[in-house]
Amino acid sequence: MPSAPWFTSPADAIERLGEAGYLADAATGTTAYLAGALEKPLLIEGPAGVGKTELAKAVARAAGAELVRLQCYEGLDEARALYEWNYKKQLLAIQASGGEQSWDRTHDEIFTEEFLLTRPLLSAIRREEPTVLLIDEVDKTDVEVEGLLLEVLSDFQVTIPELGTISAVRRPFVVLTSNATRELSEAVKRRCLFLHLDYPDAAREREIITAAVPGLDDAVATQLVEVVARLRDLELRKAPSIAESIDWARTLLALEIDDLDDAAVDATLGVVLKHVSDTERAVRELKLRR
Amino acid sequence: MSLLDRHLSFLEALRGAGLPVSLAEDLDAVAALTAVTWEDRALVREAYAATLVKRRTQRPTFDTLFDLWFPRLVGEGYAGDPDADPRADDAPSPGQVRDGAAALESLRGRLVEALAASEDAAAAEATTEFAVEAIGTFGRLPGAAGRGSPAWSSYAALQRVAPEQLVERLVRALLVAGTDQERARRTAARRIGAFTAAAEAEARRRTAEEKGAAHVARTAVRATIDQLDFLSARRSDLDELRRQVHPLARRLATRLTQEHHAQRRGPVDFRRTVRASLSTGGVPLETRHKPKRPHRTDLVVLCDVSGSVANFAQFTLLLVLALRDQFQNLRAFTFVDQVHEVTHHLRPQADPAEVMADLAASASHAALWGRTSYGRAFTRFAEEHADALGPRSSLLILGDARSNHGDLALGALREMAGSARHAWWLNPEHRRQWDTGDSAASAYGEVVDMVECRNLTQLSDFVHDLL
Repeated sequence: MPSAPWFTSPADAIERLGEAGYLADAATGTTAYLAGALEKPLLIEGPAGVGKTELAKAVARAAGAELVRLQCYEGLDEARALYEWNYKKQLLAIQASGGEQSWDRTHDEIFTEEFLLTRPLLSAIRREEPTVLLIDEVDKTDVEVEGLLLEVLSDFQVTIPELGTISAVRRPFVVLTSNATRELSEAVKRRCLFLHLDYPDAAREREIITAAVPGLDDAVATQLVEVVARLRDLELRKAPSIAESIDWARTLLALEIDDLDDAAVDATLGVVLKHVSDTERAVRELKLRR
Repeated sequence: MSLLDRHLSFLEALRGAGLPVSLAEDLDAVAALTAVTWEDRALVREAYAATLVKRRTQRPTFDTLFDLWFPRLVGEGYAGDPDADPRADDAPSPGQVRDGAAALESLRGRLVEALAASEDAAAAEATTEFAVEAIGTFGRLPGAAGRGSPAWSSYAALQRVAPEQLVERLVRALLVAGTDQERARRTAARRIGAFTAAAEAEARRRTAEEKGAAHVARTAVRATIDQLDFLSARRSDLDELRRQVHPLARRLATRLTQEHHAQRRGPVDFRRTVRASLSTGGVPLETRHKPKRPHRTDLVVLCDVSGSVANFAQFTLLLVLALRDQFQNLRAFTFVDQVHEVTHHLRPQADPAEVMADLAASASHAALWGRTSYGRAFTRFAEEHADALGPRSSLLILGDARSNHGDLALGALREMAGSARHAWWLNPEHRRQWDTGDSAASAYGEVVDMVECRNLTQLSDFVHDLL
């Protein structure tokens, strides 16, 4: 089935993601391009706050596609992920017919489109326009849900016993994200391209921060990136993510701090570090209080 | 070697190094390669990585092997020292590498200069170039008496170049360039570290060219960090291992909670079921259940901290510490020949590096005679801390069961195992080394279930089964 390719080359992917406000490095650009070119789902792992979900949103923006999002959580089941019959409406329909119809007709009528509640996975497959399907935090689900995903991810089709198999008219660009709190099954991994997103290097992080917080002074941005990089080296319980560097940049801007010296770092450390033991450690290692 | 052969042997090597590369992934990789151009080596690397690597810990192994099968350059690959005057050297015969004191000094000088002068990106490039030159000039081990091909050794080259000694010079050069002390020190250490790594990679590449990539892959490529033996870990590996313990514990804890929740469906809650059925006209479409109460166990850990197994004990204690929430109560003891309680070091919010230091310091209390004696330690434990064990507690013993041929005190151990609900023994040695020398593995194994636990993977499997 002919359809416009998502990206024409890795360089194109990096450029268009950049236009959509996502500064991708070479690995990310290449993998995003391959996911589109091979029509394979893309599994992104990495620490919290490095832009996994953001990448899916950026792909949608760059390609002018709709984003369908399935937020995973513990206890997510088929009915919430795929489809569900609207039992209450079916019950009403049966009661309203008042027993005048034959069983066969009732049966045929209550298992039709009208009574079907489509959930994200089925919606994404049935859409005819370009679609980015984001399956967020897939590691939060129970193992059984992975089985459900397998059929969707490998063949892009869903089988509903009463209606038959529904295949994708147009394959969505699938992104799965995971914080690796649980090891995903080999079967899921085999069907996906894999990308490990990590904290960006200093130059890229600076670009990201200056793009996100326009008013920030260049010198402060440089200092900030450097301090954040050192904090990440400290083996903290919760290392600062990109989201937190941006928060920090905003804080500094709001407080009108134009030189990030030790005192300034000490005063605003709470923005980036979320554990008492982390703060203590940072104060000691960065020699903030002498 | 044709491209297809190279691809296939690369995959074979990845499998050999423990990456589960199936036929499906093989085909994906080929498809991905046709979608990118061959000209850009970085693209080829990413295309392979996206399809073949499935876990972060596999990436370093993948990169090493990729560099072997798809080398950055072939042959000599460096132009030599442009400034050196060939006559000044110790008269090398034509074709021989110019290896002399002058060349060495020149290389070291230029290396420091280049690393000090440039920004990070340029420094990385310079680093690689110098690494290539260093190995090409100083890393050559002559083939034995003219027979066989020459070998390349990063060890020999790094002995000569001695990059650690360059750190000071680099710091001084950076200070002159106007960076502050602290920063110069960090930058210098990082860049010299990168140079060492590049030199090692280059030596591997040169050797692979002489002897075949498969040979190098078998001998010089290290296992992924979660498969690495505790007992054979190097200094740099230990840091990486320690970094892995916390994420590992978090992963385990999440998985355990999930599994407990999955089994939590208790008996039907009649009241709530009826109330829920009101919205469906009294038809109970969905049943409601009462939650089950989770049960927790007490854990008592008894750890051999003598030199040979100290690393292993520390990792296991750290992991146990990180999993504290999963236990009702946790008590930890260390011993060499004396038993010493260390529970108070294992504060749940504590900094792992600090805990490691405290534990190492406390090891001195655990030794009176300095020789591991399991028998004496068990006897003392039974005398002094018998109250720690009860019908709700699980006993976990960590050690290699090497007791210097002393009294084993099997009776004391049997008593301890008897008063606990469960008892396990984790042994960091390979199963085939059990019972060799002074190891009393099977004697103890008869009393307490003994489990082989050599790396993070085995450790996490065990903890998962334990809970």
